[in-house]
Amino acid sequence: MNDFFMNSAFAGVALSLISYYIGMELKKKFKIGLFNPLLVAIVLTILVLLAADVDYDVYNAGAKYLSWLLTPATVCLAIPLYEQFELLKANWKAVIAGIVSGVITSLLTVFVLSFLMDLSHQEYVTLLPKSITTAIGMGISEELGGHVTITVAVIIITGVIGNIFAETICKIFTIKEPIAQGLAIGTAAHAVGTAKAMEIGEIEGAMSSLSIAVAGILTVIGASVFAQFL
Amino acid sequence: MKVLKQFLIIIGISLVGEALNYLIPLPVPASIYGMVLLFVLLLTGVLKLDAVRTAGKFLIEIMPVMFVPAGVGLMVSWGVLQPMLIPVSIITVVAVITVMGVTGRVSQFIIRRGKRGEKQS
Repeated sequence: MNDFFMNSAFAGVALSLISYYIGMELKKKFKIGLFNPLLVAIVLTILVLLAADVDYDVYNAGAKYLSWLLTPATVCLAIPLYEQFELLKANWKAVIAGIVSGVITSLLTVFVLSFLMDLSHQEYVTLLPKSITTAIGMGISEELGGHVTITVAVIIITGVIGNIFAETICKIFTIKEPIAQGLAIGTAAHAVGTAKAMEIGEIEGAMSSLSIAVAGILTVIGASVFAQFL
Repeated sequence: MKVLKQFLIIIGISLVGEALNYLIPLPVPASIYGMVLLFVLLLTGVLKLDAVRTAGKFLIEIMPVMFVPAGVGLMVSWGVLQPMLIPVSIITVVAVITVMGVTGRVSQFIIRRGKRGEKQS
């Protein structure tokens, strides 16, 4: 299988798409949060690769073209943001206050829990940028002397958890305003969460997109301050 | 030809984002520069929404699939993650809940206060 995968340009992309499609069908059939298409796709793909004894690098030689599309796709998040600009202007106070408080909460949560669990400075700074988009988070972790590979893994896990539980958490905290939902999802679970916010609605998606950029940039400043604390 | 031109514009903006990321010594990725740039271009009317809309909506729609390879990458980083698994799991789960809760409640509070203010005045 490794040989075929190595010579195939489409095996990685096809496997990812099929797994995601199965995830979507499962979600349609059984309306359970666990059948989150992204989670199903990741788990199924890993299982297939393990069963067929295909290395990740071999899979990723083809699948990387999907990741490659992430930059143009993120650029396009400006479109819903532009479409909702009037709403953004009318609610700028709620937007700023929401994202700022979310960023502080993220850093504070990591600090308090790291302190309680007696983590080392390196482990602490590795986890500090966990709520924001991968590219910014990696940069912060590297600059503060963290373990970049772990930071990336934790960022992705955060996104997937946020994507799966976004609706449940909003329900528990009775967050009903679409703007507030979007800000909450984007600030807590960056682009992976935003994919979910887009499914919930256009306003949610736009606000979530905005949060990725603002929360990311605020965390650059916030993390360097919080890094001094432990 | 329409979608081709739209895709060209989006890739062009991504390219400019990459150049900014290269030139400016901040940990801000190309995608964020590009997003801000496209937003400014739309806002100032330099680009019309129709110039990027079809291709843009398509990319946004298939965006979740683009995270699959990174997620599958956990297969490889599992080794380094394992020794820290318990603290990482606790912090990740707790932080998702606190951040989502606080962000949502704070912004909702301000939105609703604003709505009440409007009604009274």
